[in-house]
Amino acid sequence: MKIMVTAKRVTDPDARIRLKSDLSGIDSEGVEYKLNPFCENAIEEALRLKAKHDGEIVAVSIGGAEATTEMRRALAMGCDRGILVDGADDALDADLVARTIAKLYEKEQPDLIIFGKQAVDGDSNQAAQLCAEYLGLGQATFAAHPNGSAGMTGGEPGLAVADGKVTAMREVDGGVEVVEVAMPAVVSADLRLNEPRLPTLPNIMKAKRKPLEQLSMADLGVDVALKVKTIAFSNPPERKAGVRVADVDELLNKLVNEAKVL
Amino acid sequence: MSDILVVAEHAAGSLKKGTLHVIDFARQAAAKLGGGFDLVVVGPQAAAVAAQAGGYGAGKVYTVEGPAFEQYTAPAYAHAIAEVAAHAGAKVIAGASSSLGKDCLPRVAVKLGAGMASDVVGIGSGNGLTYLRPMWAGNVVGEVEITTAIHVLTVRTAEFDTVEASGGASPVEAVASTFDQATLKQRVVEFRPTVSARPDLSEAAFVVAGGRGVKSKENFSLINDLADALGAAVGATRAAVDAEFIENDYQIGQTGKIIAPDLYIGLGISGAIQHLAGMKASKVIVAVNKDEEAPIFTVADYGLVADLFKVAPELTEKLRKLKSQ
Repeated sequence: MKIMVTAKRVTDPDARIRLKSDLSGIDSEGVEYKLNPFCENAIEEALRLKAKHDGEIVAVSIGGAEATTEMRRALAMGCDRGILVDGADDALDADLVARTIAKLYEKEQPDLIIFGKQAVDGDSNQAAQLCAEYLGLGQATFAAHPNGSAGMTGGEPGLAVADGKVTAMREVDGGVEVVEVAMPAVVSADLRLNEPRLPTLPNIMKAKRKPLEQLSMADLGVDVALKVKTIAFSNPPERKAGVRVADVDELLNKLVNEAKVL
Repeated sequence: MSDILVVAEHAAGSLKKGTLHVIDFARQAAAKLGGGFDLVVVGPQAAAVAAQAGGYGAGKVYTVEGPAFEQYTAPAYAHAIAEVAAHAGAKVIAGASSSLGKDCLPRVAVKLGAGMASDVVGIGSGNGLTYLRPMWAGNVVGEVEITTAIHVLTVRTAEFDTVEASGGASPVEAVASTFDQATLKQRVVEFRPTVSARPDLSEAAFVVAGGRGVKSKENFSLINDLADALGAAVGATRAAVDAEFIENDYQIGQTGKIIAPDLYIGLGISGAIQHLAGMKASKVIVAVNKDEEAPIFTVADYGLVADLFKVAPELTEKLRKLKSQ
C-alpha cells in the first residue's frame, strides 16, 4: 500500500513563543525549529503499517528551502521519498494547505493520507478534514491508541488496515470511538497514537540520498488565494503574580476569605 | 432567517451545555452584525432537543433527522449542516470546539466555499467581523479576517459565558436532507464511553488535577478523594495520562480539554506550556508542587511548595470539615 504523510516544520513545541515588541509577528530569535510532533506520530504509524503491509511512504510538506531539514528527518525516520512544495507560512491558510495536499493526492494516488492532527504553531486542526472533503473521502480524525503511548507494546493498534478499510480508535469527548473507513481514506494522528522512533545514524546518512522532489504551487496548479488572513497579533492577558502560602491552613483561609471561591 | 447559525450539540435527547456558550458568542456576533441567530439540531431526537433549545432567543430552530444521522459521522452531519446553512441564508456558522465541531465543521466550510477560524476566543474590536484565536499553544493571540462571504467557526466554550433561557419558544422547522447514505464511506463500529460519577471536566466549577508527580495509578486516588471532598471534576496532565494514571478523557491542555473553572487545584504538576494552554483561563489557580521552580507557580494565584502526598490528604480532610460546618 501507498501512504502519504505530512511533515511540517514548526517552532520548537517546548519553546515559549513570544511576540516581537512591535507585535508584527513572533520573535524567532533563538527559537529552534522541529518536525511537528503530530506529524511524527503520523510518520511512525505509516512506518508500522508499511512493516505489516509493505508499500511506499511519501512524506509531503509545504515550506521554504529551510523545511528540507524536517523533510530529511522524516526520511531518516524511514519515509521512502519526499515532496516539498514551496510556500511560506504567512502565505498559507489551512484551506490552501488542504488544496495543495489534495493535488499531491491526485498526483500520487495513495491509499491513505495520514496528517498530524494539528501543527503546534497555527493550532488550527483543519487541514485533514478540509482535504478529506475536497477529495470526497471518509475521515478518521484524532486517531489515538486507547491505552496511550505507554501501552503500545501489545494489544490492538490505534490504526489497522484490512480488506480495503482502515479501522481507527478516535479520542472524542466522553470516550473512545472506533471508526471504520473505506480506503482511500484520510486519517489525522493524535499524540497518543504511538511513540515516534528516533532516527538512527545510519538512517540519517541514508536519508541524504533519498529522493526529495521540490515543486511550486504553480507546478501543481493551485490557486494561492487565502480564505483566512491573520491581520494582527497580540499578547494573551497576563495573570497577575500570585502569592506563596506556607501551609494548608493558610491556603484554605485565602480561598475562603480572600478569593471567596469556597 | 438570521445571519448566524449555531450548531447545537446534544446527547441522549438533551442539549449539551457547550452549546449555551456558543449561543453567548452568537449573541455577541449578532449584536455586531445587527441581526439574530438560528440553531440547527442534527441527529436522533432532534425535535425533542429543539424544544429545549428554543428558549434561548433563536429566530428559528432547524432540525434534521433520518437514518443517516442516527450515528454521528462527519460527512453526513457536514452535509446536513451545510444544507441548512444555505437554506437559512446564514453568513456565520458556529459550533463548539468540541470533538464533533473540530471533526465536522471544516467539511462544512469546504461545502460552502467558506474560510474557517478554529478555537475563537473573542471578536475583534474593529468595524468588520474579525475573530481572535489562540496560536502557539495560547502564547500568542491572532486576529483573523475571513475573506469569504460565509464564515465557519469553532468557538472555545471556556471563553464565553453560559446563557440563561430568555423565555418564549423559537419556531421549529424540520429540514429534509438530500444526503445519500450510499455515498457514506465510513461507519462507527463501537463507542467505549468513559464512565464517571464526577462533574464533567469541561463544565465543572471546581477542578482538581494531577500530574506526573502523583507517581502511580494507585496514588491518583488522592486526587480523586480531594475532588470528591470539593465536589470537583478530576483532570490530569498529558504526562499523567501517558503514564496511564487515568484515561485520556481527563487530559487538560493544548490537545486535551480547555477549561476555565472558578477554582483549579493542580498537584504534582510542573506546568508544561501545553498544560498551561488548557487551564490558565481558570479564575483562581492553586498549585502544589515540591519543586519551587516549577513553571506552574508563574500562573498560580496561590502556590504551596510542599509534598502533595502530605498536602492532598490534609486538604481533603479539612475541606470535608469545612463543608460539614
